[in-house]
Amino acid sequence: MASAVHLRSAVALAGRFPALSGVDLSVAPGEVVAVLGPNGAGKTSLLRACAGLLPVTSGEAVVLGCDLRADRAAVRRRVGLLGHDASLYDELTAGENVRFAVRAAGMPATRVDAALDRLGLVGRLRRTPAGRLSAGQRRRAALAVLVARSPELWLLDEPHAGLDASARSLLDGLVMEAAEAGAAVLLSSHEPNLTVPLADHVVSMAGGRVTEVARGPRRPVLSSVTGEGSASVA
Amino acid sequence: MWRDAVLVAGKDLRIELRSRVALWQVVPFAVLVLVLFGFALGPGRAALRTAAPGLYWLAVLFSTILVTQRSFAIESGEGTRDGLRLAGIDPAGVFLGKAAAVAAQLVAVQVVLGAGIVILFDVRFDAVWLALVASVLATLGLAAAGVLYGALSSGLRVRETLLPLLVLPIVAPVLIAGSRAWSAAITGAVASGASWLKILGPFAAVYVAMGVVLYGPLQETA
Repeated sequence: MASAVHLRSAVALAGRFPALSGVDLSVAPGEVVAVLGPNGAGKTSLLRACAGLLPVTSGEAVVLGCDLRADRAAVRRRVGLLGHDASLYDELTAGENVRFAVRAAGMPATRVDAALDRLGLVGRLRRTPAGRLSAGQRRRAALAVLVARSPELWLLDEPHAGLDASARSLLDGLVMEAAEAGAAVLLSSHEPNLTVPLADHVVSMAGGRVTEVARGPRRPVLSSVTGEGSASVA
Repeated sequence: MWRDAVLVAGKDLRIELRSRVALWQVVPFAVLVLVLFGFALGPGRAALRTAAPGLYWLAVLFSTILVTQRSFAIESGEGTRDGLRLAGIDPAGVFLGKAAAVAAQLVAVQVVLGAGIVILFDVRFDAVWLALVASVLATLGLAAAGVLYGALSSGLRVRETLLPLLVLPIVAPVLIAGSRAWSAAITGAVASGASWLKILGPFAAVYVAMGVVLYGPLQETA
């Protein structure tokens, strides 16, 4: 099976500075990979590079079959990124934000209500401008955008931040559903207790490099950690 | 591209309708510019009528800066900027959509300013159609140039101060040609007025074409 993410000695720049310094990583479709590391380790940069938002300047970088060095735009419309800041327009309601994303992706409008319902954004919450929602509700609305677009690669940066217990449980369910449906999921966090239980593999990063890949608890017996089609570090 | 342009323009105008920045800040600012210039020139009706087209287009130029800055301020959060890039929207569609939304807001500003110079400066048009055509072409050019340079400066910390420095010299031909065309529309010198449209039309066409081609690369570097 072709990798959803295949990075080999990938170097990515944030401005003039290297954000990733030779990353080797391979993630198969349907896999959940937790990316751990201290602040500044390169977790966010890894996710942004996989989303085609940071330019990869050397090495191999193939995401969903597209060469990131040749055509980042082709990757972008197939991935979903939940960043530190919810990608919402404050003046638009949660429903309008999701509708904009769905229409931009050329998807049917029926996905909007289904996604909002799934995230518990019903009634008045749906009609409230995103700028007036609480941090947790904004996070839910941003997740609704992802659910509505159902990307092939989910890139979740500190996804549990700002969520209460029920929302965390909802998020964990969404991650599992996405993986079961064949999407690859990369979760970055510096809270291993929240992300590791979801993961097939756990990747540790430091200084813009992957330093260690370990088997996660979700699938105790999985393909070799060094084999193609699984999270691996060369 | 056109579908994306409609989507982005609809989003930007909806946000403007909710925030009402153009209504409560840009329009009063433009009227204030007109009134203050009027005070500076003194009470002589003839002087005011002569200066009216220049004052009008100067106020429109300043308004263009404000409306453009607002257009990029709504995408200034890292999340929304990334969201737009990940949405799968054609960058040319983003450019055309943003330019259309800026143009729509400039039209609203110009309606108020037009009424302002008629009421305050006692201006009467001999060739209304010439003024209207000049306004349409100038608005297209201003919106396209504003959005293009707005994209160029949007990722910079100094964007608020840099944008006027970039845009005002570039749109000087619009100020000159728009003012002359309007002067001709007021005096009825249609032939000389129409010749200024030959500057406004190509200016708009060049900046719309440049925006369609360059917006994508600019979005990547911003």
